[in-house]
Amino acid sequence: MNNKEIFIALSTIVRREIRRFTRIWAQTLLPPAITMSLYFVIFGNLIGSRIGQMGGFSYMEFIVPGLIMMSVITNSYSNVVSSFYSAKFQGNVEEMLVSPMPNWVILVGYIMGGMARGIMVGFIVTILSLFFTDLQLHSVLVIMVVTLLTSMLFATGGFINAMLANSFDDVSIVPTFILTPLTYLGSVFYSISLLPEFWQGISQLNPILYMVSTFRYGFLGTSDINIFIALAVIVVMTVGLFICALQMLNKGKGIRS
Amino acid sequence: MKPALSINNLEKIYDNGFVALKGVSINVEQGDFFALLGPNGAGKSTTLGIVSSLVNPTRGSVEIFGFDLATQMTKAKKHLGVVPQEFNFNGFETVYNILKTQAGFYGIAPDLAAQRSEFYLKKLGLWDKKDTASRMLSGGMKRRLMIARALVHEPKLLILDEPTAGVDIELRRSMWEFLQEINAAGTTIILTTHYLEEAEYLCKNVAIIDQGRIVQNTSIKALLQQLDSETFIFDITPSLSSQPIIDGYPLTFEDGHTLVVEVKKGQGLNGLFRQFETLGITVTSMRNKSNRLEEMFISMVESNLERTGE
Repeated sequence: MNNKEIFIALSTIVRREIRRFTRIWAQTLLPPAITMSLYFVIFGNLIGSRIGQMGGFSYMEFIVPGLIMMSVITNSYSNVVSSFYSAKFQGNVEEMLVSPMPNWVILVGYIMGGMARGIMVGFIVTILSLFFTDLQLHSVLVIMVVTLLTSMLFATGGFINAMLANSFDDVSIVPTFILTPLTYLGSVFYSISLLPEFWQGISQLNPILYMVSTFRYGFLGTSDINIFIALAVIVVMTVGLFICALQMLNKGKGIRS
Repeated sequence: MKPALSINNLEKIYDNGFVALKGVSINVEQGDFFALLGPNGAGKSTTLGIVSSLVNPTRGSVEIFGFDLATQMTKAKKHLGVVPQEFNFNGFETVYNILKTQAGFYGIAPDLAAQRSEFYLKKLGLWDKKDTASRMLSGGMKRRLMIARALVHEPKLLILDEPTAGVDIELRRSMWEFLQEINAAGTTIILTTHYLEEAEYLCKNVAIIDQGRIVQNTSIKALLQQLDSETFIFDITPSLSSQPIIDGYPLTFEDGHTLVVEVKKGQGLNGLFRQFETLGITVTSMRNKSNRLEEMFISMVESNLERTGE
């Protein structure tokens, strides 16, 4: 395929993915908006007002970036895992496999679809947060870079999960038992400086800590960890996971006998 | 001229150790209407799965119009359209979007994809269903949708895996006409089917696969010439109370009104009719007991079974 044909094929997958999650907006866009609004009301307003300052900011100001990032992570992941696994389950993944599209186009198309949903939900949650607090903007560039990289990383993770999944149970295991605990323990609701030194060290093994901290830095200008190290960690993980997903796709893991 | 499809010494051993293909080689010439026949589990779907890139081969190679599927994948796949046995489209997508999306996967620009989608949906009588979710279609419509989807990038080689399974006779006939039309226009077609009359009616050449091996690869005409006898069923009057004696024609007395007669190749039916007339038997109707290709197919599969002892 020439470059123009590859661009058409790629944009076909991305448009189809966007069409899918906007068609079922009540399942994809509305729930995170409601859940995050509840977080803002309960943790930000009701409980947060009694907690006082966290890292030099009001508790609401502190948790808003973390909650936005949490939405980006869960939505970019779940979009790809559910869409690609459904394509496997219904058999329509074969539409792509018989076509001349290179495997990397399929992978990038799904990742971009996942990123689109993650970013769209992140934007919705950001707008909602403005009803509860005034957002500071320390570095728009850092916010954009970390949002793009994080959504790409978790969309890729969702793709790998979908390739390995053999049932709908397998699709929900990673988000339920790995992603959610890591997100909650990834300094969304607290600064790791509150933890004893040992647990601070353990927390640094949590990849989500790097994303949330860097994202928070983009808004508040403060971070639990060095943002350059954090960005390097995110880039390495994203590239590593992409290569892994592409290798699996080339071998036909879970999709070719 | 390079063959439309060239399969060379294809072997497939699945992860569970099952040997599905044991060195399959087939050549399908350009413009052919080719039947790949075989009993269930013989290796037809595995062969077509490898050609469609849905199954990884263990050994061997596949070339589509001279392009190697392993090393020149993009060029090879551009020429190939596949209609699988099972419905495999997204049930929530509309009929029109399924076609347009498929065209996009082949890098066809949106305007041309829209034109082609409209053309093939109209051609296959689905245009009035273009905005319907595919899951809402009837079985026959779903079959036609899969054919339209496989044609939207206008492949030179079309593979149909049991395309008329479960469709009514009227629709089957109209699909036959459509397939003959696109074959006449230059598309090479490979067909698998359990309706052997379909293969006999449509196809020029045939390969019979059994237990992972090709047991016959020839023209339908040559294959049928190998048939050394045919069985006819005669409906007769008046009703007979016992089996009549007819020289040279082994027969089975089904009931008073029905005789089943085996006629050897070249023997002709005149002698039989003369004897019927002498005995005062009037033939009210006659038909083949089974399709000629079916008889040939069964005898080949049975002899292969005896030979291999499997």
